Formats: sequence, C-alpha cells, structure tokens
Amino acid sequence: MPAIKRVVLDVLKPHQPNALEFAMAIADRHGGCRITVTVSEIDEKTETTVTTIESEDVPYAAIVETIRELGASVHSIDEVEVSSMAPADAR
Amino acid sequence: MIAQLRFLLQLTHGHRIARRYFVTNGFDGALTMLGLTTGFYSAGQVATSVVISACLGGAIALTVSGLSSAYVSESAEREKELKELEQAVAADLQNTAHGQAARWVPILIASVNGLAPLLIALFIMLPLWLSQAGIALPLTALECSMVLAFVALFLLGAFLGTVSGRFWLWSGLRTLVVAALTAAVILAFGA
Repeated sequence: MPAIKRVVLDVLKPHQPNALEFAMAIADRHGGCRITVTVSEIDEKTETTVTTIESEDVPYAAIVETIRELGASVHSIDEVEVSSMAPADAR
Repeated sequence: MIAQLRFLLQLTHGHRIARRYFVTNGFDGALTMLGLTTGFYSAGQVATSVVISACLGGAIALTVSGLSSAYVSESAEREKELKELEQAVAADLQNTAHGQAARWVPILIASVNGLAPLLIALFIMLPLWLSQAGIALPLTALECSMVLAFVALFLLGAFLGTVSGRFWLWSGLRTLVVAALTAAVILAFGA
C-alpha cells in the first residue's frame, strides 16, 4: 500500500487560530507529522495558506477533518509525494 | 476540557472581554454594597438581619442581571461573527471550533459577568455574617463591611493597573477615591 510522504494543500482559514496555533493544533492531534504553514494572502476575515504536511504516512483524511474542525477549508491539493518503496529499497 | 475552553476563549479573544466584564461588574457589585452598607450606617440602629437581606437581595439582582445581559449580548455578537466568517470561508462552521466558541464563549463570559459582583458582594458581607454568628469584630459589622468594600475597590483598581501597565498603587488609589466620594455623598445625604 503506498504511503503519503508529503502533501501540500491550499488552505483558506480564518485569522483565528493564527498560523502558529493552527499548525500546533494539527501537529498536536496527529503525532509523527511535520507541519509547515505559509500565509500567502490576507484579507479582512481570512488568510490563504500553503500548508505542508510531511510524515512517514500522512493520515490525509484525518488531517483534512482536523483542518475543517479548525474552521478552515482545503481548496486544492497542490503537491503530493507518495511512496510505495519498501524501507530497504528506500535506502 | 479546560484546555479546550482556553482554546475557544483565545479563538474569540473572549479572555479580554471576560476580564473587562469582571472589572466592570465587580465594580458595580462593590460600589452597590458600599452604598447599601453606608446607607444603613448613616440610618443607624438597623438590625443586622435586615442589612444582610438587603445586601443579599442586591447581590442576587446584580448576578442575575450580569448573567442574562452578558449572555444575550455575547450570543448575538458571536452569532453575527460566525455568520460573517461562514460567508468569508463559504462553509458551514457549526461543527467547527468557531461554532463551539459561538455556543460556549457567551456562557463563560456571562458566568464571569454574573459571578464577579456576587463573589465581591459576599466578601463584603462577611463581617455581617460573622457578627450575626456572635464573632467579635474590631469595629461594628457595618464599619467592617465598609472597610472591605474599600479594600475590594482598591484591589480592582490595582488589578486594572497591572493590566494596563500603570503603577498598581496609583490605579488602586484612584478607585479608592471613587469609593470615598460615593461614601461621602451618601453620608452627606443621610446626615
């Protein structure tokens, strides 16, 4: 079964929680993940972010649900890295 | 649970609103109790049980007023903000942290707004209960209550000072002046 190693999402979020709290909330609920949030646009009530999630196997559906629970929405999947290599082959 | 509530308060800046309501309504409670105790002191020869009933009645009225008014106004504000946010993100936010905040933050803020005057009033009324229980006090029960009212108002002012970054002593003295003026006017009318 292929594992999602990295996924880059276009996420629209309210100003609160801020980018740090947003990333911390996702990381807190999904152990073993590295979260990067870059705010690319800001308007009156929302900000557009590029959210990168990296892990041995990114729990994509659960992370999208967490993003939704934080009041944000995933607009698109901009980049994805998937691997079906066995750990021995990866080396 | 507490971590979640703290998160919801941070989301809506509710902790700032709660702090403001604590001071405002706490001030109301303390000044009302100061007014009642000073009024009874000025009248003279009033039974302690009568003073306790009047002060308790005032405290309960302030509590109910604080709870209901804050809940109604904060609920309306949160609902308005939620609807505006839903339009901005083009999604239903009822089952998100923002929806939860819209439901819970008004309850938290209303609790602070209602409990602040109650707790301060009960603190000021302590000497009255102690006197009724037969415990000896350094001054009369009413005088002790008035002193506690001054202390409560000074502490509220000092707290405001620490919040605003001003020297706590000056802020405390400022509210003490308000308390002294209030007591002076009531005593002048009663003389």
